[in-house]
Amino acid sequence: MTEQFDPLEVPYRERERSVTMERMGEQPVSGTEALVEGDRHDELFTINIGPHHPATHGVLRLLTTLEGEVVRDVKPIIGYVHTGIEKSCEDQQYWKAITFVERMDYLAYYFNAMAYCMAVETLLDEDVPPRAQYLRVAHMEINRIASHLFALATGALDIGAVTMLWWGCRERDLALDLFEMSSGQRIHTRYFQVGGVIEDIPPGWEKKVREFTKVMPKRLDQYLDLLDRNEIWLRRLKGTGVISQERALELGITGPLLRATGHPWDLRKAMPYSSYEHFEFDVPIGVHGDNYDRFKVRIEEMRESCRIIDQALDGLPEGPWITSNRKVALPPRHELATSMEALIHHFKLVTEGFRVPPGEAYAAIESPRGELGCFVVADGSAKPARVHMRDPSFVNLQSLPEMAKDSLIADFIACVAMLDPILGGIDR
Amino acid sequence: MPDATGLELIAQRVRTSVGDEAVTGTIFQRGQATLEVAPQAVHDVLAYLKQGDEEPWTALMSLHGCDYLPDEPRLAVHYQLLSMERTDRLNVRTRMGIGEAHVPTVIDLFPTANYHEREVFDMFGVVFDGHPDMRRILMPEDYEGYPQRRDFPMGGEPVLYTFNEGKYPRWYD
Amino acid sequence: MEVTRTRVDDLRVRQLRAQQMLRGELAGADLDEFVEERLLFTKLETAQNWARKNCLFPLGFGLACCAIEMITVIGSPRNDLARFGAEAIRFTPRQADLLILSGRVSIKMAPIIRRLYDQMLEPKWVISMGACASTAGMFNNYAVVAGADKFLPIDVYVPGCPPRPEALIYGIMKLQDKIMGEPDMGWRERYRAEGTEELA
Repeated sequence: MTEQFDPLEVPYRERERSVTMERMGEQPVSGTEALVEGDRHDELFTINIGPHHPATHGVLRLLTTLEGEVVRDVKPIIGYVHTGIEKSCEDQQYWKAITFVERMDYLAYYFNAMAYCMAVETLLDEDVPPRAQYLRVAHMEINRIASHLFALATGALDIGAVTMLWWGCRERDLALDLFEMSSGQRIHTRYFQVGGVIEDIPPGWEKKVREFTKVMPKRLDQYLDLLDRNEIWLRRLKGTGVISQERALELGITGPLLRATGHPWDLRKAMPYSSYEHFEFDVPIGVHGDNYDRFKVRIEEMRESCRIIDQALDGLPEGPWITSNRKVALPPRHELATSMEALIHHFKLVTEGFRVPPGEAYAAIESPRGELGCFVVADGSAKPARVHMRDPSFVNLQSLPEMAKDSLIADFIACVAMLDPILGGIDR
Repeated sequence: MPDATGLELIAQRVRTSVGDEAVTGTIFQRGQATLEVAPQAVHDVLAYLKQGDEEPWTALMSLHGCDYLPDEPRLAVHYQLLSMERTDRLNVRTRMGIGEAHVPTVIDLFPTANYHEREVFDMFGVVFDGHPDMRRILMPEDYEGYPQRRDFPMGGEPVLYTFNEGKYPRWYD
Repeated sequence: MEVTRTRVDDLRVRQLRAQQMLRGELAGADLDEFVEERLLFTKLETAQNWARKNCLFPLGFGLACCAIEMITVIGSPRNDLARFGAEAIRFTPRQADLLILSGRVSIKMAPIIRRLYDQMLEPKWVISMGACASTAGMFNNYAVVAGADKFLPIDVYVPGCPPRPEALIYGIMKLQDKIMGEPDMGWRERYRAEGTEELA
């Protein structure tokens, strides 16, 4: 009988070794060498994670080069939800552009509107009345809680703790009810306007918000009870996705990721805006810069946000909720019946919009993901000449290849989960 | 923000260390300070501002482009610098025409500029010399044109009203 | 044991009859009557459609802001899709039959969505959720495909920016009616529009 090549006789690992590519020239992380001596994986396998994938938090495409189960290189490819918002804003009046800009970072819609309104108010040299500032702070902090809840809910879902999804969405519904009560929409409320907020809060709102802030810390303790002593959760998050503080500063990372490395940079404290200096709150920071610290920083930030909301409601001043400069803000409806000027102002504002003198301004705020900056160029007409948002997720995404290098795929997915990318902001 | 005199002092120091023709102007408006530099001197100016200056600006927060049509020179690249120690911001701006849209990359000074420069290239067509990976980031790889320039059309579908609906053929025609 | 021929309306009586049937004590005409009371005649298509509509497997796919509301529909305890039998989200298109396009469709993403749709097996339905997926929404510009119906056949359009979870659930209920075969739900009789059906 002739020598027949029987494929089933070949050991399985030999069969897998079809194409041998060059090694990347580095030593593998100890512990990930092949178990059998002399049987290294020479084969690097490039795989596409996304854009349609349960764990990518939107349409993020990750071109991953794997050696076995170890990630050697990651290239994020973005642009799958690029909507041309910045260019669309150039065609809209200033107050109409607020609705466009809100839809960039679609979990932190109040923050987008706030950055844009702050930039336009800088250009107009407009003062925001104190009641509007406090209301803005209250809404932004509730939005911060809602955003962190969603990040934790979907992050925990990726890591496997599915209960957190139900609980996070349950609390988030409470927060969205508050938004619905104050502005009529759950998401993408165009509540912030240039010069203040569009409408005063309805009578029962304060009471409902206080109920929310009373129940929220107890729920946070509930989440920690579920997750913080769970061996699987701790083992998956502690020590994975470590990034050092210097590297984070070099990469321009801000927000909970930077605070998890130990750097206490928070724009609410460092360069306060919209009367944040009146409130007393702490900035939670981590120690190691790993995924566990990011998780804890977010939980503690939610607790601090509850404190800020309580203080904002305690000290809510009376007064107008939008600037009384009729050239910028709509006059109240009852005035339209009596005053001719108010009618003319209303007409001009609605049809043409207010004009902004030429100039450029950059305004930055602290969104749940980091520094959210808005750059507005005005050319004297009623439409902005350029609107650019410096989105925090766009910059934070640059840290993903470094976080994920030489880690297992499961740790890499945990990194993406705790990085909290929002593709609407990344792609704009 | 550095105030107007502080901005002038910074401009003076940059001129003495980098060169006279590097700084082409200063703008102080609404409390925001902008230092305007020549395109080819951007790398040296930012290196000086980051390391050499007595008040260093260590973090680059944003790098974005702008098209100032009909103002010439048309294209501009803005660098938004932040100093965390002094909680201060400075904007550095460089303007160039369409034909000479080349700027040295600052990725060796500020690694965060990677994606930002790719986005400016994608949207405005400004090529950053020395960037390791100069390709489109937001638009599809084979897209032609630079969308955020002012003379690029907005695109999209025309909105049909009764007066113009006869002019556009529908998909079932 | 003597069996009486009385109408069985009471629940307890019905339970006892069922027990008798299971024990094999019913025979002849009693058994026939028992079976006929519990028998449902229908067409195979109707039964098939009923099964399909009550057991939709959505594809886990979210693009932008509408995805947040979709996750709220699927994952929130308040608006819960499990009431409609659709809580089994399948992330692979080979096992899913409902594609909910939630979010703006950019030109880079459109071929990928088409590929996902092609990979789904028949019968499959598409709900276009939100204004951006139905038309261009507010983003009528170079980067967004003006409505996913340019490259996909869409069954139900749910307007809103983003639509409330209740609105999405209403859209899914409409889709269920469409699967059953009654998409117009009686308005033809109400508005006397018989003869306007499209037979295609």
